[in-house]
Amino acid sequence: METLKERLVETATTAKMKVSGAEAVIRCLLEEGADLIYGYPGGAIMPVYDELYKFRDKLHHVLTRHEQGAAHAAQGYARATGKVGVAIATSGPGATNLITGIADAQIDSTPMVCITGQVARHLLGTDAFQETDIIGISTPVTKWSYQVTRASEIPTALAKAFYIARSGRPGPVLIDITKNAQFEEFDFSYKKCTAIRSYKPKPEINPARIEEAAALINSAKKPFIIFGQGIILGKAETELKALIEKSGIPSASTVLGLSALPTEHPLHTGMVGMHGNYAPNLLTNECDVLIALGMRFDDRVTGDLSTYAKQARVVHFEIDPAEIDKNVKTDVAVLGDVRETLEHLLPLINDNKHEAWHREFKDKQAIEYDKVIKNDLFPEKEKLTMGEVIEKINKRTGGDAIVVSDVGQHQMIACRYAKFNRTKSNITSGGLGTMGYALPAAIGAKMGAPKREVVAIIGDGGYQMTIQELGTIFQTRVPVKIVVLNNDFLGMVRQWQQLFFDKRYASTELINPDFITIAKGYHIPARRVTKREELDEAVNEMIASEEAYFLEVCVEKEDNVFPMVPSGASVSDCRLE
Amino acid sequence: MNESYTVSVYSENNIGLLNRISAIFLKRHINIESLTVSECEIENVSRFVIVADMDEDQVRKIVGQIEKQIEVIKAYYHTDEETIYQETALFKIKSSLLFDERQIQNIIKQSNANIVTVAREFFVIEKTGRRHETDALYDELAPFGIMQFVRSGRIAVSKTEMNISALLKEFQNA
Ligand SMILES: Cc1ncc(C[n+]2csc(CCOP(=O)(O)OP(=O)(O)O)c2C)c(N)n1
Repeated sequence: METLKERLVETATTAKMKVSGAEAVIRCLLEEGADLIYGYPGGAIMPVYDELYKFRDKLHHVLTRHEQGAAHAAQGYARATGKVGVAIATSGPGATNLITGIADAQIDSTPMVCITGQVARHLLGTDAFQETDIIGISTPVTKWSYQVTRASEIPTALAKAFYIARSGRPGPVLIDITKNAQFEEFDFSYKKCTAIRSYKPKPEINPARIEEAAALINSAKKPFIIFGQGIILGKAETELKALIEKSGIPSASTVLGLSALPTEHPLHTGMVGMHGNYAPNLLTNECDVLIALGMRFDDRVTGDLSTYAKQARVVHFEIDPAEIDKNVKTDVAVLGDVRETLEHLLPLINDNKHEAWHREFKDKQAIEYDKVIKNDLFPEKEKLTMGEVIEKINKRTGGDAIVVSDVGQHQMIACRYAKFNRTKSNITSGGLGTMGYALPAAIGAKMGAPKREVVAIIGDGGYQMTIQELGTIFQTRVPVKIVVLNNDFLGMVRQWQQLFFDKRYASTELINPDFITIAKGYHIPARRVTKREELDEAVNEMIASEEAYFLEVCVEKEDNVFPMVPSGASVSDCRLE
Repeated sequence: MNESYTVSVYSENNIGLLNRISAIFLKRHINIESLTVSECEIENVSRFVIVADMDEDQVRKIVGQIEKQIEVIKAYYHTDEETIYQETALFKIKSSLLFDERQIQNIIKQSNANIVTVAREFFVIEKTGRRHETDALYDELAPFGIMQFVRSGRIAVSKTEMNISALLKEFQNA
């Protein structure tokens, strides 16, 4: 142990020393500040696992129950902390099992480094045991990928991997390391990567564009801001708030932008998109200047592009030049890191209030409250609603919890109703819509932010896609709170079947197992609620619990999520029922 | 309105990049008509010349996505009118025809093609030019019998000056 400590001190100085490729992998991770990694062992990555054993007091490895769980946990960790998540797997099936999480991270711009083992160099291309062309498979869903076949390449490859994953528009990177490279010894030294000659993570800021944007914003009668996750990734929450308050512009969030601005902020008008709020969806088609901040006009946000914000001049603040004019044509494109561009913009913006324009939001909000929100949050019918469960959790956590949601109706309800006081509090699979995301992502989020309450909101369908991660929770004792909103249906698909397929419920009804018994099998305290009277106490008990807790709430089987912009319809056709 | 675009990409010479770039076309269902990759005047910098039919909006987005790739230095697109471009075709023909069919010698001369090699069994003609020129030669030779025919991808330079030269110089010094 003594000698090990001594060697670790040496790492910091990056002095040269002979190490194996496997040990180099660990040392690189430590150099990059990784303290927690998620993974699953196997033949082609065993040398690295052997080193993990040696370094176990420095680098904590969490054994998930499936590689998909490792990838999602790394994502949850990254989203809660803003740091790079790390997942590791063996070759072949281990590597392919990571792919769903990698694709999810790519479309949601989540910084992640995945390390996979690979067969030895001399076996490459021979269809060797557990050989898969993971570079080929992962190419379309990674920001960058690289295969290492010599130990000496490991430090530069990993340094580049971390730099690429976290810089500019973040994303997942995959490093595939052949087994011979893990065994080979070489002179190790580490140098962090700070630049790659062909890669410009941030486009240069053009002050002229910012002046144009400011002039347009200042001249607007009905300006409207939509902010996305770019605000959170770019750490521009303060600048966003300052801009909104100075200009008095009503603002709405995309799903992934939620929590960048406190939900209760008077200028926060809610969420846009397919199941977003009525007022911001409708008024997108009435504003005169639309200001998009770190968002990419996803089709779930815009609906039919031919009728989307046609009346508005569009200003787009964006770090990724490829997003400009991709979906919506802009009048002024402000390229750059959104924190820096907003900083430049702020002094050029006039103080304003836009009171009349604001009232239009308030009026429409009142309509939505009457038709939808009231019934969701304070129902009079007998059966429990998903909304009232979220409302209870809000009450009990005061809006300070990290809410991790899976995919489906419960996700839209969680995003619509969860209150967020703090940034990085809404963790969900936005772009890929991956069922099975929430349980492992909640594990990663809680480990990344142990002082915060982490509540996972999951449907009975998605829960069963990665239910095995209860084993990880049990083994690591990570105190996540799990809420399954059980409607005995693949609810969101059933809603579409009801509305657009004549109620033909083809394969969407679920006969579920006894979730309580399953939780207990993993020694996780569990409770089922079927009546409104029990809900309050059960939520209190869950939040008060110092350990992990499973709460199943049996809700109305055939509730629908409204408002809804049917797919391909205009945002003006936002339906309330 | 679809037309033929030449996309040129300057990149690091790294394994795997061809996959990344072709995947961008694949994802959007755009068929690559021809593709040429070779090292350019700077060591370790590759130049891709890709020809595909699409509309201008598509090509602009494709170039945006290509430029996003970490190892890509710069990508451009040009219409046929904006470029000088050439392809090379090789024709393999039975040697006996060269002596028996006088007409063939005239065809070769008139089309400005070159004889690359003459062997006992066959000879090989090379013709560099635009697609319609190599096509025309093909049509003329076909009646005599062509043993083998192959055509290269397009190489192209732009008519206007491109700032890539300065950029590459900078790149070389980086
Ligand atoms: C991996 C995966 N498979 C299929 C889908 C399609 N899908 C979207 S929502 C949904 C239903 C989700 O049902 P459940 O988890 O019970 O949640 P609910 O909608 O009932 O709240 C399905 C099947 C998906 N998003 N992800």
